[in-house]
Amino acid sequence: MTAKELKNRSVNYRKKILQYIVGANAGHTGGSLSCIDILNVLYNHVLNVSPANFSSPDRDRYIQSKGHTVEALYVVLSDKGFFPEQDLETLCRYQSNYIGHPTKKVNGVEQNTGALGHGLPMAVGNALAAKMDDRDFRVFTLLGDGELPEGSNWEAFLTGSHYKLDNLCAILDYNKLQISGTTAEVCNTEPIDAKLESFGWSVKHVDGHDIEALISTFDALPFEAGKPSFIIAHTVKGKGVSYMEHHVKWHHGVPNEQQYQQALEELDSVTI
Amino acid sequence: MLKDIQVLNEKETRGGFGEGIYAAGKANENVVVLTADLAGSLKLGPFIKDFPNRFVQCGIAEANMIGIAAGLTIGGKIPYTTTFANFSTGRVYDQIRQSVAYSGKNVKICASHAGLTLGEDGATHQILEDIGLMKMLPGMTVIVPCDFNQTKAATIAIADYNGPVYLRFGRPKWPNFTKEDGSDFVIGKAQQLSEGTDISIFACGHMVWKAIEAGRILEEKGLSVELINIHTIKPLDEAAIIASVKKTGCAVTCEEHNILGGLGESVSRVLSSNCPAPVELVGTKDTFGESGKPEELLKKYGLEAVDIVSAAEKAISRKK
Repeated sequence: MTAKELKNRSVNYRKKILQYIVGANAGHTGGSLSCIDILNVLYNHVLNVSPANFSSPDRDRYIQSKGHTVEALYVVLSDKGFFPEQDLETLCRYQSNYIGHPTKKVNGVEQNTGALGHGLPMAVGNALAAKMDDRDFRVFTLLGDGELPEGSNWEAFLTGSHYKLDNLCAILDYNKLQISGTTAEVCNTEPIDAKLESFGWSVKHVDGHDIEALISTFDALPFEAGKPSFIIAHTVKGKGVSYMEHHVKWHHGVPNEQQYQQALEELDSVTI
Repeated sequence: MLKDIQVLNEKETRGGFGEGIYAAGKANENVVVLTADLAGSLKLGPFIKDFPNRFVQCGIAEANMIGIAAGLTIGGKIPYTTTFANFSTGRVYDQIRQSVAYSGKNVKICASHAGLTLGEDGATHQILEDIGLMKMLPGMTVIVPCDFNQTKAATIAIADYNGPVYLRFGRPKWPNFTKEDGSDFVIGKAQQLSEGTDISIFACGHMVWKAIEAGRILEEKGLSVELINIHTIKPLDEAAIIASVKKTGCAVTCEEHNILGGLGESVSRVLSSNCPAPVELVGTKDTFGESGKPEELLKKYGLEAVDIVSAAEKAISRKK
């Protein structure tokens, strides 16, 4: 898929994220909009994952540690054909499988996630299993910046480098906002790159909304043989909707009808 | 009669785990072992020596160990996590809840040094709440074997039992009396050690031996004792409990665990719904432990044979 096609998809994904969040009157809007370009490039360019090979032991694995932005994942998985898009009309409803955090009840979801600080240890386990079985698949996990202080992440950073898991890539959706403020105010984790490098990971920064930059960064994996890779993807919470961008209230905010229409107009006016 | 039960030797239940994990690993190449720096305490030496590629040293980072184990289940692997019971459960409850139980992962959480009999290290390490924590998790199987042979048998059996399991055992040498080949252990099936008509005693773990000692005292007093080893706390063999108490009319439960949330409450729940009868609970009474030799602590906290005898006599006296 060309970069232009991917960019068109990102616009479409953003509109669908808003559509289903408005329909459910629930969801994590700002974070879904910040990570969607990353998911777009992962599922449409990087991952060897499709409905056809989802039961293959050799498929790549993607674990969304920041499970609360599940709307972004559902929209991409439906686009990839894992389930009919109309299923998302039941998002967050009673008796729906499409609940507010990823669940394996949904085709295409690898792991139940949502409690923060769980994705990376499981990804380390997946990557270790690949090494044990001498399989070539790769393991990706998306971390939120707000969950970075969870101690289990730092335990897993240690293990990832200890076992030289160069088949593992963690991506940080670094929008710099979490539910109660900026990450710098809540619990400053900077300098993240120096910390990760000192933990034995190979680190690269990227603009998490620049499709070409994401492609070239993912294409460079593993950044160093014998080391796990860490991508600090600089993103904007609420990206693509002017009144949402950089505003923490859209962490869990749902647009009203007028706001929704404005958002669609803004997204439709994007020139690619 | 309980006096007929023969003690084969005295061995640590964790040693049974060590032999069991070696046998399980030899029989099934999907068995993988993780530890948080306690390979020696959990007797993993032979496994590590012969199966080094199936051993994952996680360092002292238990939350990560549970997450890695959940991740390792892909491709049919059967991860066994190993550390002390305290760090196997309370420390990592969220990881077990979300990444293992809720996710239905085939992870075996193997926990040594449970309860007061850990001894000298004291309250920080003597968890008395773990059975409750684990039995409340949907889909979690909870097994508390009574001696070396049974711990070995359970360790082997859970490899072929699909789903998350909590396996709890202990530190000290303890009378070993079940069958050496483990043929008297079946997951979820209570083990009847004596038949009787006056009192049912339900025990798990180390307390099964204490219950045997107590039962012998009661037998000498002319009472007919039905002793049942509830090595599987969940799924509970409810039929065995109901059938026994329908015959005896009263019960005592014995566990090296807080009476809040343990075996006693599970038995009481079954009986209150199916066959109401006097039940006396022997266990720790909503307290932390302390330093001391196992026997000193069991005496102080009311977990000796004489305590079970008193509880039995009280239960019998409460029968209408």
